[in-house]
Amino acid sequence: MNGTAARALQFSVERSTPVSRICAVIAALGLTALVSLPYWGETGTMRLIAEMAYFLALAQLWNLLAGYAGLVSVGQQVYVGTGGYFLFALCDWYGVHPLLAILIAGVAAAVISLPMALVVFRLRGAYFAVGTWVVAEIAQLFFAQLPQLGGGSGYSLTPEIVRAVAPERAAREMLMYWMALAIAVAVIAFVYILLRSRHGLALTAIRDSEVASESLGVDTYRTKLLIYVVTAFCTGLLGAFIFLQKLRISPEAAFSINDWTVVVIFMVVIGGIGTMEGPIIGLLIYFAMRELLADYGSWYLILLGIVAVAVMLGAREGVWGLIGKRFDLHPFPVRRRLIQRPGGDEKPG
Amino acid sequence: MNWLTDVDWAGVLIQGTLIGGLYALFAIGLSLAFGIMRLVNIAHGDFIVLCAYVAMIVVNASGMHPLVSIAVVVPLMFVLGYVLQRGLLNFTLGPSILPPLLVTFGLSVIIQNVLLEVFGADTRRLNAGAMETASITLPGDVTVGVFPLLIFVVALVSLGALQYLLYRTRLGRAFRATSDDADTAELMGIDNRHLYSLAMGIALAFTALAAVLFSVRTSFDPASGPINLIFAFEAVIIGGLGSLWGTLVGGIILGVSQSLGSSVVGPLVSLLIGNPVSAQWQILTGHIAFMIILIVKPDGLFPRIRD
Amino acid sequence: MSGADNLLKTKALCAYYGDFQALFDIEFEIDNGETVAVIGANGAGKSTFLRALAGSLETAPDMIRYDGQSIGHLPAHRVLRQGIALVPEGRRLFQSLSVEENLQIGGDFGRRGPWTLKRVFELFPVLAERRAQPATSLSGGQQQMCAIGRALMSNPRLLLCDEISLGLAPVIIRELYERLETISAEGTTLVIVEQDINRALAAADRFYCLQKGRVSLAGPAQGVERQSITAAYFGI
Repeated sequence: MNGTAARALQFSVERSTPVSRICAVIAALGLTALVSLPYWGETGTMRLIAEMAYFLALAQLWNLLAGYAGLVSVGQQVYVGTGGYFLFALCDWYGVHPLLAILIAGVAAAVISLPMALVVFRLRGAYFAVGTWVVAEIAQLFFAQLPQLGGGSGYSLTPEIVRAVAPERAAREMLMYWMALAIAVAVIAFVYILLRSRHGLALTAIRDSEVASESLGVDTYRTKLLIYVVTAFCTGLLGAFIFLQKLRISPEAAFSINDWTVVVIFMVVIGGIGTMEGPIIGLLIYFAMRELLADYGSWYLILLGIVAVAVMLGAREGVWGLIGKRFDLHPFPVRRRLIQRPGGDEKPG
Repeated sequence: MNWLTDVDWAGVLIQGTLIGGLYALFAIGLSLAFGIMRLVNIAHGDFIVLCAYVAMIVVNASGMHPLVSIAVVVPLMFVLGYVLQRGLLNFTLGPSILPPLLVTFGLSVIIQNVLLEVFGADTRRLNAGAMETASITLPGDVTVGVFPLLIFVVALVSLGALQYLLYRTRLGRAFRATSDDADTAELMGIDNRHLYSLAMGIALAFTALAAVLFSVRTSFDPASGPINLIFAFEAVIIGGLGSLWGTLVGGIILGVSQSLGSSVVGPLVSLLIGNPVSAQWQILTGHIAFMIILIVKPDGLFPRIRD
Repeated sequence: MSGADNLLKTKALCAYYGDFQALFDIEFEIDNGETVAVIGANGAGKSTFLRALAGSLETAPDMIRYDGQSIGHLPAHRVLRQGIALVPEGRRLFQSLSVEENLQIGGDFGRRGPWTLKRVFELFPVLAERRAQPATSLSGGQQQMCAIGRALMSNPRLLLCDEISLGLAPVIIRELYERLETISAEGTTLVIVEQDINRALAAADRFYCLQKGRVSLAGPAQGVERQSITAAYFGI
C-alpha cells in the first residue's frame, strides 16, 4: 500500500478560499451600508438600489436554471406575471395582507410550474426555450381575458391595500426598500446553499455532461424539475413584490419578455453564465449602460445585444470568466477544490 | 346554441387551412436550420419582419408590385443568410446549445430595436392592389380569397421544391449526410462551413418569400417578430421535427385552430361568461391546440423515423 | 524506399486532442502502389494517425507531405479532393441515406476516375441488390463493404482503412481482404490499420507498429520475427 503513488500524496477538499473570506467581509460591510441607506440616502437612490436588488435576484435565478440546470428558459416572465396577478387577486378579492400575499403568490407560482414543467420538459434544448415562451404568451393572453383582473388594460391596487403595507408613504418606501434587499440576499443565499449541497454537485455534473452524470446515477429529470419549481417559487415571489411596488399591473407589463427575461439573460451572459459572480458583474454593467445611454432610446438594448453576442462568440465565460480565471478568484466558493498536500501527516487507511 | 348553426364551418376550415400554408412557409426556414445544423434560430421571426421591411423599401423605391419584389428580396436574403452563417453563426456551433441560442436571441433583440429606431413603431402593410380583395367561388358556393389561395399554393410549391432539393439533388444529399454525421461528411469532401452557410441562405430565402406574402396579408411592426417565430415553431412541433410535409399539416392545424378560436371559441366563451368577444381568442386557441398536441403526442404527428 | 515513387511522407508528425498529445514525431512513408499495415495495441494511436492523414486533426503543414506538397494544414474535405480517402472506424455510414446514396456521396465531392457506381457494384454485388435500402438495414459485413465503396467512389490515390474487420465473421473478413487486393491491383495505395497482426502482415508489403503514439518498429511485412513484434506491440 505504501508503495503506490496515490498513497504518497494527501488530499483534502477545500471549499472556502482566502478571497471568499475577504469578499464575505466586504459584502457584509456593503450590506450594512445598504441597509442603513434610508437614513442617509435619497429616495431616488433607494429606488434604484431596490430595482437592482430584484434584478440581481432574477439574474441569479435564471443563471441557476440556464447556467447550472441547462434549462434555458426564455419564459420566466410567466412566473413574474402570475406572481404579480396572484398578489393583486389575493389582496383585492380576499383582503389578504400584501406581505402574506407575496409569500402565497410564490407558492402559487410553484404549484403552477409543476404541470407546466411536465409539458415543456418534453421539448429538448433550444425548443424548450421557445416552449417556455409559448407558455408565457398563453399566460399573458389568458390574464387579458379576465375582466375581474382588469382585462387587457390592467388595474391598480386600491389605496386601502397600499396603506396596509404601511400607513405612510415614507415608511412604505423604507419597508419596500428593505424587503427588496432582504429578498435579494435571501435568493442569493438560497442559490449559494443549493449549489453547495448535494443537488449543487448533481447540477454541476449535469451542466458538464448530462449523459455522463446520468450514467453515474444522477437523476437529471428530478433534479431539473426541482430546480424549475423552486425557481418558479422565487420568481413568483419576486413578481408579487415587484408589482406591489409598482402598484399597477397589466398583462403587457406583467408578462413582458423584454423586462423580465431579455435584460436578465443579457446580464447573466455578459457577466458570465454558470457562475454566481457573473450575474453580479452583469448587473453592474447593465445598470451602468442603462444610466449612460438613457437618452438614446432603445440603442442601449441594441448595444447590450451586441455585447452579449460578442461575449458568446469571444469569451463564453463572460466578463467574470476573464477576471476570475486571470486571478483565480472565487468569492462564492461553490466548488469543491481538491487540494494536494505533501503526504505524511495522515495515516493511510 | 342556435348561433352555432350560423357559423360558416366550411369557411372557417378553408380560411384556417389557407393561413396554415403561410405558417408552413414560416416554418421552412426554422425547420431547415434545425434539421441540418441543429440550430434553433430564435431570431427567425425577426428575420421575417426584417424581410418585410426590406420588401417595403424595395417597393417604395421602385414602385414595383410587392409580388415582383420577391425577385429582389429573395436573392438578397439568401446572400444575407449565407454571410450571417459564415461570418457569425458557424462560430456558435458545437456541443453546447447555449451559444447558438443566446446569439440568435441577441440578434432578435438587435433586429427588433434597430427596426424600431429606423422605421418607428408604426404598423405597415404592403399594398398588392385589387388581388388583395379578389375572390373566387368554388363548387358548393364556398368563396375563397385569391390571395390566401395564392399563399397556400406557394407553400405547396415551396415544400415540393424543398423536397426535390433534399431528396433528388447532390446538394440535398450532402445536407442530409451532414445532418446525420458532420464529421464523416467532412471526410467525404463536404465543406460543412460552406454547406451550413448555404443552408442558412436557403432558409432565409424561403423566409423572404413567406415574408413578402405575409406583409401583404397582415400589417406588421418592429415587434411582430416573436409571435411569428412562435407560429413557425408551433407548426414545426405539431408536425413533428424534421418532417417536411408534417410541417404543412402542423401549419394547417394551427391555422384551423386559430380560425375556430376567432369564430367559435371566442364567441362561445363570451356567451358563457358574458364578456365581450376578444380578438385574442384567435391566437390563444392556436396556442392551446399546440399545448394539447404537445401533451398527447410530444414527438408531433409525423415524427421522423430515423433520428 | 523513398524516392521518385514516394506518395506520402510524414515528418515528425504530432497530433493533439485538446491538451492531450496523441502522436509523437511519427516518421512514416508510403510509395505509390504499396500496401502498408499500421498495427498496435488499443489506444496506440492508429486511428488518430489515420485521422491526422485524412485531415480530421489539425497538424502543421510540413508534417504531412503528399505528392510533393505540404498538406498537413488542409481540412478533411480538401484532403479528400487531393486523393486521400478514409474508411472510418465503425463504418460511420449515413443513417438516413440509402445504400446507393451513401456511395454517391463519396463520389459527389471526390475526384474523377475509374471508380463509378457501376464498378463498385461489380466489386460488391450485394450492394447493388440492396441499393435502395437504408444503409442501416445492411449486415455488418455489408455495411463495411458500403463504407469501402463510399471511399472508393472518390477515386483516391491513397485509401486509408481503419479496422475494417472489427466485429465481423472470419469468412467475411477474408472476403473483404480479397477485395482489398483487387483494389490494390488497380494501383491504389493502401494503409491498413488492423488489430489482427497476422491478417495485417499477410496483406501488407511493409508495416509500422505504434505504441503510445510513437513508432516502435517498422520494416517489411514478410519475415519479421514474432518476438520483436510482440515487444514493439506491448512495449516489453
